[in-house]
Amino acid sequence: MSKRIVIVGGGLAGTIVANGVCRQLGNELRSGGVSVTMLGTSETHMYQPGLLYVPFGKIREAELFRDQRRVLDRRVNFMIDPAKKIDVDANQVETASGRIIGYDYLVLATGSRIMPQNIPGMTEAGHWFYDLDGARKLREALDNFTGGEVVVNVNAPHKCPVAPLEITFMLYEYFKAKGIGDKCKITYTYPIGRLHALEPVAHWAGPEFERYGIKSETFFNTESVDPAKKTIKSMEGVELPFDLLITIPPHAGAEVITDSDLGKGGWVPTNTRTLQREGSTNVFVCGDTTNIPISKAGSTAHFEADVLIDNLVSLVQEGRPAREYDGKVFCFVETGMNSGTYVWFNYTTPPNPGPPSQMIHWFKLAYNRLYWLSARGLL
Amino acid sequence: MSERQKIDARGAFCPGPLMELIAALKLAQVGEEIEVLSSDKGSAADIPAWVAKVGHVHVGTTEQDGCWTIIVRKAK
Repeated sequence: MSKRIVIVGGGLAGTIVANGVCRQLGNELRSGGVSVTMLGTSETHMYQPGLLYVPFGKIREAELFRDQRRVLDRRVNFMIDPAKKIDVDANQVETASGRIIGYDYLVLATGSRIMPQNIPGMTEAGHWFYDLDGARKLREALDNFTGGEVVVNVNAPHKCPVAPLEITFMLYEYFKAKGIGDKCKITYTYPIGRLHALEPVAHWAGPEFERYGIKSETFFNTESVDPAKKTIKSMEGVELPFDLLITIPPHAGAEVITDSDLGKGGWVPTNTRTLQREGSTNVFVCGDTTNIPISKAGSTAHFEADVLIDNLVSLVQEGRPAREYDGKVFCFVETGMNSGTYVWFNYTTPPNPGPPSQMIHWFKLAYNRLYWLSARGLL
Repeated sequence: MSERQKIDARGAFCPGPLMELIAALKLAQVGEEIEVLSSDKGSAADIPAWVAKVGHVHVGTTEQDGCWTIIVRKAK
């Protein structure tokens, strides 16, 4: 009997899994022994890390998008029909159009979304770059900005953990290049007691902030924003004025996860090694969707997807999983407009970023294009 | 009282125990308790300090073999 693999979500995690499984199960797909179905929400696939460059006009919007059908292996049965309810007891997914799709193996890759609306006043007064509309508005705001107090405000939880530092350094250089550097005062706020969750990154960023005159406010968890007074207030009792507020909004998981009672906040309780949903043997979770306490980042999704591909293939062919996820995360860190570094770590190896260089920045720029090979499962 | 939520942040380098707790508290109901497991000594000091600052309750901390268990109750 045919084994049905159903993937919910067409972002990076789901796309890598779908393509990887198809590449390794060619015979089974040909013989009808396996089918791979993806339930997506959009015809287009967006390269999300590219949004960082949009406010500065450093990337063309068209470079961020590809037709999802062209990114996917042609053997994937791709439907733009989002999952509405997932029933892990009945092994089936109900879609928005009313289809009922049964599965033998399910991959939950529903991702995360920004929730600026969870902070009073934020949608009215804040800018962000974590979606295209926000990045466009920020680009316009930067075009018109002539100087003043700039607050870069970071909220938990959020994906792409180094992006807040990256935009801060890029803003500094952008203002300087625009000739208004001396008229702009940047203040960076962070939820915990240092500049970044990763201790070595925080230690590196501290002296850099000092060198550039960037101020910081740690232990700052946003309570509210007053759009009329142009102030932002923290739960810890600190109030900051701003002329331009750039926020990394708190994130939530997908609605279908909470609607299906699969996890508070849209995060699915997941085994840190097997990536199985807690309580299921045939439901796997990948990317931002897990509740695993590691970075929500494209690389996390990629490394998890590689494990899931091997395990799904092995389950189909040999009836047993192949290997476990070791917690690997890799992040490029743009340290300005012309320099960068990178950091990697896993469950047992602490991060140890090297000195920034122009070469790593160029490699990051190259990766902005190589991404499409990653999504196709070729890199 | 609902079942205590457990966050196993041992060996979690990023986002780390306190950031995980902050995110979990946003989703918790008032009165709910969250237990954070951490292998990071700094978090064992930072978490109670932060909890006191924002007005939640630090129920207690225990340490065994380099693992700290920190229990926090959402108070508002």
